[in-house]
Amino acid sequence: MFYREAGQFKTSYETDHATFPIRQDQIGIALILIAAVALPFVSSSFAMQTVMLPSLALVVAVIGLNILTGYTGLISLGSAGFMGVGAYACYKLTTLFPEVNILVWILCSGFFSAAIGVFFGLPSLRIKGLYLAVATLAAQFFLQWAFVRIPWLYNYNPSGAIEVPLRYLPFTEIAITGPTASLEVKYLVLLAFVVVLTWVGSNLMRGRIGRSFMAVRDMDIAAQLMGIRLLDAKLMAFAISSFYCGVSGALFVFIYLGGAEAGTEFSIRLSFLMLFAVIIGGLGSMIGSFLGAFFIVALPTILKFGAPAIGIAITGATAEKIVFMTIGALTIYLLIVEPHGLARLWQIAKQKLRAWPFPY
Amino acid sequence: MQSYADIAKGDVLLSVKDVSLSFGGVKAIQGVSFDIRKGEVRAIIGPNGAGKTSMLNVINGFYHPQAGEIMFKGIRRPKMKPYEAASGGIARTFQNVALFKGMTTLDNIMAGRSLKMNVGLFWQMLRFGPAEREEVIHRRRVEEIIDFLEIQAIRKTPVGKLPYGLQKRVELGRALAMEPELLLLDEPMAGMNLEEKEDMCRFILDVREQFGTTIALIEHDMGVVMDLSDRVVVLDYGRKIADGVPDVVKADKTVIDAYLGVAH
Ligand SMILES: Nc1ncnc2c1ncn2[C@@H]1O[C@H](COP(=O)(O)OP(=O)(O)O)[C@@H](O)[C@H]1O
Ligand SMILES: [Mg+2]
Repeated sequence: MFYREAGQFKTSYETDHATFPIRQDQIGIALILIAAVALPFVSSSFAMQTVMLPSLALVVAVIGLNILTGYTGLISLGSAGFMGVGAYACYKLTTLFPEVNILVWILCSGFFSAAIGVFFGLPSLRIKGLYLAVATLAAQFFLQWAFVRIPWLYNYNPSGAIEVPLRYLPFTEIAITGPTASLEVKYLVLLAFVVVLTWVGSNLMRGRIGRSFMAVRDMDIAAQLMGIRLLDAKLMAFAISSFYCGVSGALFVFIYLGGAEAGTEFSIRLSFLMLFAVIIGGLGSMIGSFLGAFFIVALPTILKFGAPAIGIAITGATAEKIVFMTIGALTIYLLIVEPHGLARLWQIAKQKLRAWPFPY
Repeated sequence: MQSYADIAKGDVLLSVKDVSLSFGGVKAIQGVSFDIRKGEVRAIIGPNGAGKTSMLNVINGFYHPQAGEIMFKGIRRPKMKPYEAASGGIARTFQNVALFKGMTTLDNIMAGRSLKMNVGLFWQMLRFGPAEREEVIHRRRVEEIIDFLEIQAIRKTPVGKLPYGLQKRVELGRALAMEPELLLLDEPMAGMNLEEKEDMCRFILDVREQFGTTIALIEHDMGVVMDLSDRVVVLDYGRKIADGVPDVVKADKTVIDAYLGVAH
């Protein structure tokens, strides 16, 4: 009853294809944004550190991978590798040019992984599906090898790790990276990146470029006949996707972790998790990318700390196994039954809300 | 409808000369020549496996013939790529609907406008200014096509969920969105019931009437072919066996034999 478009007639095409055409959606998104900004001041710092920060950092990569796999139909097992490129690029840039603000470098590191992504995306013109998965897997292994074997990347630190330096918000004394940065500030910086990149990604996917990606995904032969060049579209998808992964990797290390041995952090395991997040959240959906990222981050925490809290004693190792089994089973189930994933549940809920309080 | 005399005088839009195409040992097309004149509806008919679809694939650059040449708008087109054909003004529909299944009707037809849209990445990221204006301009054109094909009600439906007859109609819409000079239709009425066929016939004639589009049409239903087309070319086992106005072709002995399956 409260959620419906009835009575809201669109009098122009501008309003019809606006981001949130229905008034209730506009109000809803405004409320969510306000809640998101207020969250760190009401939530426990444990929940912030273990769930919110990593989820927000990873959402960006999940959106990126969704653009490649969900929207363009190209599978990739190299997303963790591309995230690593972003993290190392950011490290090199901020240590070589410390006077430039870290926020600029986080964004710029995306361009480095975009370039690497395009390079490893080249085979996608000739190969698809399983073969492409293997090719991107090779990229993952190569990059992981480079992160360990090229000491220049981690400034020859004896620990082999990225040591995140102290950096401030522009024109202020407020630390955003490094040991003295507060949780609230880190969270709000992440949130800002996520909001902007989600908005940009959704704009792109709803316009000509997004349509060309989906056309390539659904029927590449017909796409060519619309004048869409397959190579251009696929490389563009790799570029945009890897850009998002790169920024995500930089955010993950600089803001969430505060330091990392990327050789272990950006492993094939993370690549798989990203792919599962895309599938569980929903292929080709922005909301799905959020749901998927939160799901894979929150599930282990809930099991590890939630289960003992209600009296079920499980060890950390058992929880880990249960997490992997759940995620694996859910991924397979959704692949077969509901490729739109959790995003579909969201739509069904909206559908129900439209009819409420009547059953139909 | 134009008279045959008008068409015979008209300019040749596309000509196919001595084209041969084979797949390994299979000779799909053998030394076929014909032309398509501006503004006509040109039917290509023939039994299954005659090479009709292959011929369309040659015309829009999916296959490159081993021999022969294609002239389009007076220019020789060797090794034309599909997107070059598209930007040159050739659009087509497929025998087995080739829509973008996960996209809505609206997005499918909007995809047909891809070549006409050129606002770059930057503005598209913001979906503002030039990007917004371009989107609206093309949306308006697409809505005209949606009205023309009477598919307003399924505008926001993912096409994978539509019944077959409507999918064929959306596919025609997507091709029309390209504003082609030459429209290739591969069995646009296959698998349709009588009413849907009649609608489709009407649309095809209206397209020619309203947009002046030249149409090459593959069709099995002889009745439809006779009603719609100005000239007919008949293929059988990859060879051209007849070419001319419908009445003459219909009476041709080799054509009758081919259709009745007389051994030859
Ligand atoms: N891609 C292909 N590879 C191999 N053989 C093909 C291919 N496409 C068509 N053929 C063969 O070419 C011949 C003509 O096919 P086609 O053009 O589809 O006929 P029509 O559309 O008239 O029914 C058939 O014998 C078919 O098997
Ligand atoms: Mg055919």
